[in-house]
Amino acid sequence: MPKTFAEINEKIRKGEAVVVTAEEVIDLVREKGEKRVAEEVDVVTTATFGPMCSSGALLNFGHSDPPIKMQKVWLNDVPAYAGLAAVDVYIGATELSETRGMEYGGAQVIEDLISGKKVKLRATSYGTDCYPRKEFESYITLDSINQAILFNPRNAYQNYSVATNSSDRTIYTYMGILLPNFGNANYCNCSQLSPLINDPLYRTIGVGTRIFLGGAQGYIAWEGTQHNPLQKRDEKTKIPVAPAGTLCLIGNLKEMSRDFLRAAIFHKYGITLTVGVGIPIPLLDEEMAHFVSISDEEIYTTILDYSAPKREKPNLGRVSYKELRKGEIEIKKKRVPTAPLSSLYKAREIAQVLKEWIKKGKFFLQEPIQRLPVDEKFKPLDIRR
Amino acid sequence: MMKKRIVLTFPPELVDQPIIYRLVKDYDLVPNILRAQVTPKEEGKMVLELEGGKEGINKGLKYLEDIKIDVQPLAKDIKLDEQECTSCGACIAVCSPKALSMNKESWKLEFDRDRCLLCGLCVPACPLGVIQVEFE
Repeated sequence: MPKTFAEINEKIRKGEAVVVTAEEVIDLVREKGEKRVAEEVDVVTTATFGPMCSSGALLNFGHSDPPIKMQKVWLNDVPAYAGLAAVDVYIGATELSETRGMEYGGAQVIEDLISGKKVKLRATSYGTDCYPRKEFESYITLDSINQAILFNPRNAYQNYSVATNSSDRTIYTYMGILLPNFGNANYCNCSQLSPLINDPLYRTIGVGTRIFLGGAQGYIAWEGTQHNPLQKRDEKTKIPVAPAGTLCLIGNLKEMSRDFLRAAIFHKYGITLTVGVGIPIPLLDEEMAHFVSISDEEIYTTILDYSAPKREKPNLGRVSYKELRKGEIEIKKKRVPTAPLSSLYKAREIAQVLKEWIKKGKFFLQEPIQRLPVDEKFKPLDIRR
Repeated sequence: MMKKRIVLTFPPELVDQPIIYRLVKDYDLVPNILRAQVTPKEEGKMVLELEGGKEGINKGLKYLEDIKIDVQPLAKDIKLDEQECTSCGACIAVCSPKALSMNKESWKLEFDRDRCLLCGLCVPACPLGVIQVEFE
């Protein structure tokens, strides 16, 4: 008998919902089969904790007296985008400090704010009749400002490629330090615990889904940028074998915690934000029980050579996450050590926290109000004259 | 006489040059190679102890930098702040002696101090800046 979101929420309200993590459900299905698990388990929690560059925060400072229409804004010397109403800005995670360069950036501003630290706000303007002030300088904290909304245009990639380096030099990338001559291979996905891997066709995860975001309850605002549902998929599992679907996430920064949101510096590449995301998947029917039971040995990804400074990087073949997690893979007959960039340790913590929230009736499922696109093309940018 | 421990990174085009010979002959230094990974036409790494006069060592180091070899001081100790570490694993990518590794059950980062060669490569590789190095 298929279940509905409303029926599962009623069980959560009564404290009767059966909730397990996306790792725990794998053994359950092996033991009991998909049919029984679909009947007995209500919700499976998925999670990820990794660097996600397309992240940032919308802030509203309130008005000074006399007021200013902030045109250029810096937070601890990091430029924030102020091309909005008078005292609204967007601070992007990857923006660099104008005085400290790659040591400090937008992600660190966000981390300092959630840590309760004072952040220096500097603004300039051309001055208007209604906003006469031309310069402003003061300190803000997360408590002193109005809204602080984490709004991340692209998070929680459904699978990601493995990065390696065939050249004779060390290269510094957003996939970490890549040693010469296939000296290492870095991967960045929580695989069998990862949200969109467990709902490969976006049956339950969609616009409006309530989620765990940075330690608070947040929402899926939209499909993420570069959402690419038409990516090549494994014929048997339907799981993409390279980067595919993405999510645009939103939540209240004031409720978030440094335990699940951390600034990160990728040496000689730049700054990014490490984001903790947890998404509940309702086991509506046997098909969903099947999807969540797929384990690392059946989840594949593509190995790419990052030494090629091109859009289409050379494809060096496919590998399963089971192999990647063993710590060594074979590329062109060479044994290559592997390293993860997303933390499975932290993702497990998030999946457990979300499980407890649901079991204790603190978190209810929200049925998507709109599906994520399933047939949208991912376009390249070419020079046109 | 003094001793200095350094980490050298060679670009591929310098790997086939007799650099150690020049340090001995031109600067009167006694080099002791503690660890090396040098293959023709590849980037090379060498942990080196130099013994000699103060002037000879300073001139020898300037010679290395002039021919575009990256020279870093050898670390005395590596410190991992376990409270701040999220066990992402980015550091194990550059740790060839496998002193840093993931526990395959808990997926928590483990640091085996006995295997660490103090090369210091993990320090910039850590995105959270929770690995610190102390120099001699």
